[in-house]
Amino acid sequence: MMLQGGIILLFSLAYIGILFAIAYYSDKRSDAGRSVISNPYIYSLSLAVYCTAWTFYGSVGRAASTGIGFLPIYLGPTLMIALWYLVMRKIIRISKYNRITSIADFISSRYGKSSSLAGLVTVIAVVGIIPYISLQLDGVSTSFAVMWQHSELSTTLPTPGTVDILGDTSFYVALLLALFAIIFGTRHLDTTERHEGLVAAIAFESVVKLVAFLVIGAYVSFVLFNGFGDIFGQAAQSPELSKLFTMENAGTYTDWTWLMFLSMMAIMFLPRQFQMTVVENVNENHLDKAIWLLPLYMLLINIFVLPIALGGLLLFPNGAVDADTFVLTIPISQGQEEIAMLAFIGGLSAATGMVIVATVSLSTMVSNELVMPILLHFGPLRLAERRDLGGVLLTIRRGTIIMVLLLGYVYFRLTGNAYTLVSIGLISFAAVAQFAPAIFGGIYWKTGNHLGAMVGLSAGFVVWSYTLFLPSLAESGFLPPSFIESGPFGITLLKPYALFGLSGLDPITHSLFWSMLVNVGGYMILSLVGRQSVIEHSQAAQFVDVFKQTPENDFRLWRSTSSVTVLRSILEQFISPTRVNEALNDYAKKHGLDWSKDDVADAALINYTERLLAGSVGSASARVLLASAVKEEPVSMDEVMYMLDETSKVIAYSRELEIKSKELEQATSELTAANEQLKELDRLKDDFISTVTHELRTPLTSIRAFSEILHDNPDLDAEQRGKFMAIILKETERLTRLINNVLDLSKIESGKMEWHLTAVDLKELIEDALASLEQVIKEGNIELKTDMADQVSLTVADRDRITQVMLNLLSNAIKFCDNEAGWIKVQLKEQDSTLNVAVSDNGPGIKPEHQEIIFEKFRQVGDTLTEKPQGTGLGLPICRQIVTYFGGDLRVESVLGHGATFHFTLPVVSPADDESGVEAGFSTAVFANGKSSNRQGTYGKESINR
Amino acid sequence: MAKKVLIVDDEQNIVISLEFLMQRAGYEVAIARNGEDALEVVGQFRPDLVLLDVMMPKINGFDVCQKIRDNPDLQDTKVIMLTAKGREVEVAKGMALGANSYVIKPFSTRELVAEVQRVLEEE
Repeated sequence: MMLQGGIILLFSLAYIGILFAIAYYSDKRSDAGRSVISNPYIYSLSLAVYCTAWTFYGSVGRAASTGIGFLPIYLGPTLMIALWYLVMRKIIRISKYNRITSIADFISSRYGKSSSLAGLVTVIAVVGIIPYISLQLDGVSTSFAVMWQHSELSTTLPTPGTVDILGDTSFYVALLLALFAIIFGTRHLDTTERHEGLVAAIAFESVVKLVAFLVIGAYVSFVLFNGFGDIFGQAAQSPELSKLFTMENAGTYTDWTWLMFLSMMAIMFLPRQFQMTVVENVNENHLDKAIWLLPLYMLLINIFVLPIALGGLLLFPNGAVDADTFVLTIPISQGQEEIAMLAFIGGLSAATGMVIVATVSLSTMVSNELVMPILLHFGPLRLAERRDLGGVLLTIRRGTIIMVLLLGYVYFRLTGNAYTLVSIGLISFAAVAQFAPAIFGGIYWKTGNHLGAMVGLSAGFVVWSYTLFLPSLAESGFLPPSFIESGPFGITLLKPYALFGLSGLDPITHSLFWSMLVNVGGYMILSLVGRQSVIEHSQAAQFVDVFKQTPENDFRLWRSTSSVTVLRSILEQFISPTRVNEALNDYAKKHGLDWSKDDVADAALINYTERLLAGSVGSASARVLLASAVKEEPVSMDEVMYMLDETSKVIAYSRELEIKSKELEQATSELTAANEQLKELDRLKDDFISTVTHELRTPLTSIRAFSEILHDNPDLDAEQRGKFMAIILKETERLTRLINNVLDLSKIESGKMEWHLTAVDLKELIEDALASLEQVIKEGNIELKTDMADQVSLTVADRDRITQVMLNLLSNAIKFCDNEAGWIKVQLKEQDSTLNVAVSDNGPGIKPEHQEIIFEKFRQVGDTLTEKPQGTGLGLPICRQIVTYFGGDLRVESVLGHGATFHFTLPVVSPADDESGVEAGFSTAVFANGKSSNRQGTYGKESINR
Repeated sequence: MAKKVLIVDDEQNIVISLEFLMQRAGYEVAIARNGEDALEVVGQFRPDLVLLDVMMPKINGFDVCQKIRDNPDLQDTKVIMLTAKGREVEVAKGMALGANSYVIKPFSTRELVAEVQRVLEEE
């Protein structure tokens, strides 16, 4: 018979022997520098330590009563892992930099390396994990019992707690597991190294439990039954079983939400998960693979849960067999002893994996955060001065492992069979969820402080104990049942499952609600109200901004100097001399020091030592150790506060100054430019005014002079009188023209010009202009040449103004054309929606350097040989302004001695179809006061007068 | 012998009015239409007085005045500046350059003639 007790024991020991071999082998490899665990797949598998006896046995049990109710525990992590790239990476980075050894170390380090906080977290972790450990003991001992008494199946299983300890399998299981954990987790005297062998063994266990579960699943689904369809088909016929296909038993929405939340927290903050994911992490980049491999693993291990549960229920109707044992009892009932043995080994691997990692991580916490600080503070022991503290440390850890497992066993005895595997596990989940506010707040919120974390954690823990932990003991008779039913001392408001009258929730949800409320509330309120100490301040900044800093520029909290010899001796108390030597030489190499000459340890080296030490004893203890050894207090709070304040202030100030001075510079240059512009404008205005004054006074002078001459000399002859009168008239006209031009120009320039827009046929307009000058042309004996298109498109413009332009150009041409054989030429053509007008003459032409000047005000360039040119000097500037206003441009082409041609353009604009639009302004026409014609938008009536 | 007056201005009509006024007052008149002409004519014509417009293209009235004053042969030549810009600065500049007087355009013909007589009688 394969399933005799001896054989079962033999197999168990053989399996454990294989694990040892693997661990031993990988440790050897690691010593040789060829790590087997530096591999993302091993890393991912080691994270599957999440799947314990709870998964292996409990999921099936849960599925048998709630259908898919077992799922949220795996959906939560799957969701959470999606966020790991951001969250877990940050935690890993912080932990590596600070040489974090456990979750308690992490939290305490963030809140000022506080021993009290580390202790609190440790207590919560230990108490919180005890139910979980007991769950594993339950699972393993039940599986032992099932295998042992396989012929009778589950009906006569001894109830735990009824047999005496020495006859209780689970007691021996607990001792065995303790031994196992001690050998694995505390083999090394050197406590700083990672547990490479452990990780390799755990990864192997993950493979074993997965394979075992898949084999059983496949056996049930495809051998016992005819595939999934068969199982589900049969189950669907039973009214009892078909309920499992619905959400009816699977829990409410609220329950799912809370369960998922719980498991999201658990995958991050269970001490063993933190140990595997963060502390044992070799390479941050392994996370990338784990992010999809771990969910895949959970998917695989869950595929057969429902088929096995349904298969079991179909085989053992009416609850004949505990559903938590289906994985074993199904193959046993079918005489498949090999499969049963495989399942047993799988369950064993699931349980041992959890227990080993959990106890190793807990023992690290207890020794580093609880025992060591107490011993170190306990002066008379003079522990800090003893050599080889590493041995003390290991003893403490071993003791802790045994203690934790025994506590688990005690809890197991006390709670008995009152709970299913899953509900026991959830109690632990709820406990570790208490770490969430302090950790998330710690890595994303700089304001979170020690007091807040302390109060939040304590309050959450107290509520958790009161609403979950104590009742779990009460249900098993440790406390009177009335404690649950009517509250302590009959105070109904304090009923642990319905605190303050909040009833209707299941115990887990209820407890989570209250504990999270006080935890988050306490943390946030006190963080906002309270102040941070110096170390907290610097740690908070370092945690939150971990991606922004390099290890070299951390803030130094050590002021004193010490001797390298002293530091070396402190380090050697905990770390092997070889490692210490390596580490110190490494440092010397990096900083160009030589220990044979340099014995003065500066603040940087003390800091380095502190971090080395923290890797062994945790940050809180490391700090205490160094503080006492360096024989000088760390920099006083006031000093550090001052330094921090000053540094950050100086940085902030200098940045501000830099920005301000740049702004000022810019403002100054803008001001200077504006000022220059104003000065220029002012100068131009002065020039303009004095020029205008001069131009006005000239005709006035003539008018006044001749008026007086005529008045004072009545004896003048008629011819002379007529000549003088003609001069007065001519000068008056000149004066009028000048005044009009000046007014026009100032109106255009100030935008107050009234433009009367109409559709304009340029050809017609030019012909009219020529007609009005017909007489002058004839008198001057000038030849008129025209070259105009037969018909051109309309434009929209002010007819009078365009006529003014045309007349001005024609008058100039007439004025300047050749005296003997003068001709002028007018051209009009349309091209690319543009109307082109050219007025040419055969006069002396304009020098290239004068071709722009003539468009400036009062800058006539004429034939200056004898006299000034006629005109006001404002004609061309006004013409250009008008043409530009309507979206065209005016320029001149000329070769000296060969005449000049003035070109101007106007855009083709079709007036709106609506005739009234002609008067009101054109809906399609907008003329920008610039060179380009911008014809979008609407011409409102009011915008005509601009 | 009649005193000689040189009229320097680029405005045709003003020249005509000045010429009429000076001839009526009994002076011998010469005309220059710009600064260059003026410098040329002043050496040949040897006027007793120059009626000198300030605002002229190329060589302006100030320059002409300075040239006259720089020429030792022309020490006795009187200069009256005609300026359309009645600004004190310009007046001061003209006087500093050695002009004997100034008249602001538009001027009263009687005052102008009186001023010319007054300056010519100065010693």
